[in-house]
Amino acid sequence: MHIMEGYLPAIWCIVWFVVSIPVVAYGVYKLNKLVKEERGILPVLAVAGAFIFVLSSLKMPSVTGSCSHPTGTGIGAIIFGPAITAVLSTIVLIYQALFLAHGGLTTLGANVFSMGIVGPIVAYLIYKTGMKAKLNFYLIVFLAATLGDWATYIVTSTELALAFPAGDILTFGGFFSSFSKFVAIFAITQVPLAIVEGAVSALLFKYIIQAKSDLLVEMKVIGEPLVRKLRGLPA
Amino acid sequence: MSRKLELIVLAILLIFVAQFIYVSSTTDAEYGGADDKPEGVIEEITGGTYKPIAEPIWEPPSGEIESLLFALQAAIGASIIGYFLGYYRAKNNYEKKLGFKTGSKTEKQSL
Repeated sequence: MHIMEGYLPAIWCIVWFVVSIPVVAYGVYKLNKLVKEERGILPVLAVAGAFIFVLSSLKMPSVTGSCSHPTGTGIGAIIFGPAITAVLSTIVLIYQALFLAHGGLTTLGANVFSMGIVGPIVAYLIYKTGMKAKLNFYLIVFLAATLGDWATYIVTSTELALAFPAGDILTFGGFFSSFSKFVAIFAITQVPLAIVEGAVSALLFKYIIQAKSDLLVEMKVIGEPLVRKLRGLPA
Repeated sequence: MSRKLELIVLAILLIFVAQFIYVSSTTDAEYGGADDKPEGVIEEITGGTYKPIAEPIWEPPSGEIESLLFALQAAIGASIIGYFLGYYRAKNNYEKKLGFKTGSKTEKQSL
């Protein structure tokens, strides 16, 4: 989902930085507060960050005959919320921009917006809605991670279509004709990858619950009765 | 402990692998990066007039070195995940065996 270095006109680079910087700054503030209050969350934070690190390094082949990678932001979004996940994603994106020439520093704002902000917001909202609807817990995690991943790629397509409309951007035809071209590349490639990401995220969540469920309860991610049920303990 | 979720995930991974084998044997897919494809679309839309406004500061000198750095990224992440999950798994095990809880105040309160 990386927009390559230099492939956004300057004005759009600035727009996405302006949108992303406040969210990342708020995330840094929240992160500091959280770590000060409860140092015990550091391991879980490390695992959530590492998961983004691993998944975004996996270039997987897809049905369209091209390769793309998952984002791994679903777990972070569910446990820590979108703002802190934006911070974690920014770290990964800077690594990839500096050492791998994937994505770029000028397009960092746009890439943070799609992968670190909108994807996690979608995952977070689906998680909250699913918990209210009392669906199966792991199904909720699966849906949140899958659709969060997919949303990231839809946003990337939107960002590119806004910057490169076919014709006049104000006539919606111009925007949509470009949008459909970018979506054809990104969103379709991403469908199988997003499903795999959702499945692996659900599995990792199971192990986090087994390892550190007390913290998840404390952070109000998940209620204690449900933890007992998921771990197969007597209520 | 139920292994139902593991089996479901395994099934999904197998479907994914089957899909890969099918696509790669029935088409002449090149499996290039989707990240690079928009370049062509941008050229098509703008009629080749768009010039990138910046170049990466540093690029991996070869595909091999790029793979190395990707593998390094995955390895760092996987070690962190493995370390913490393993640590807490062993900790929980020993606590069960010894019959008392170690660690922070919050851990004693819940469960």
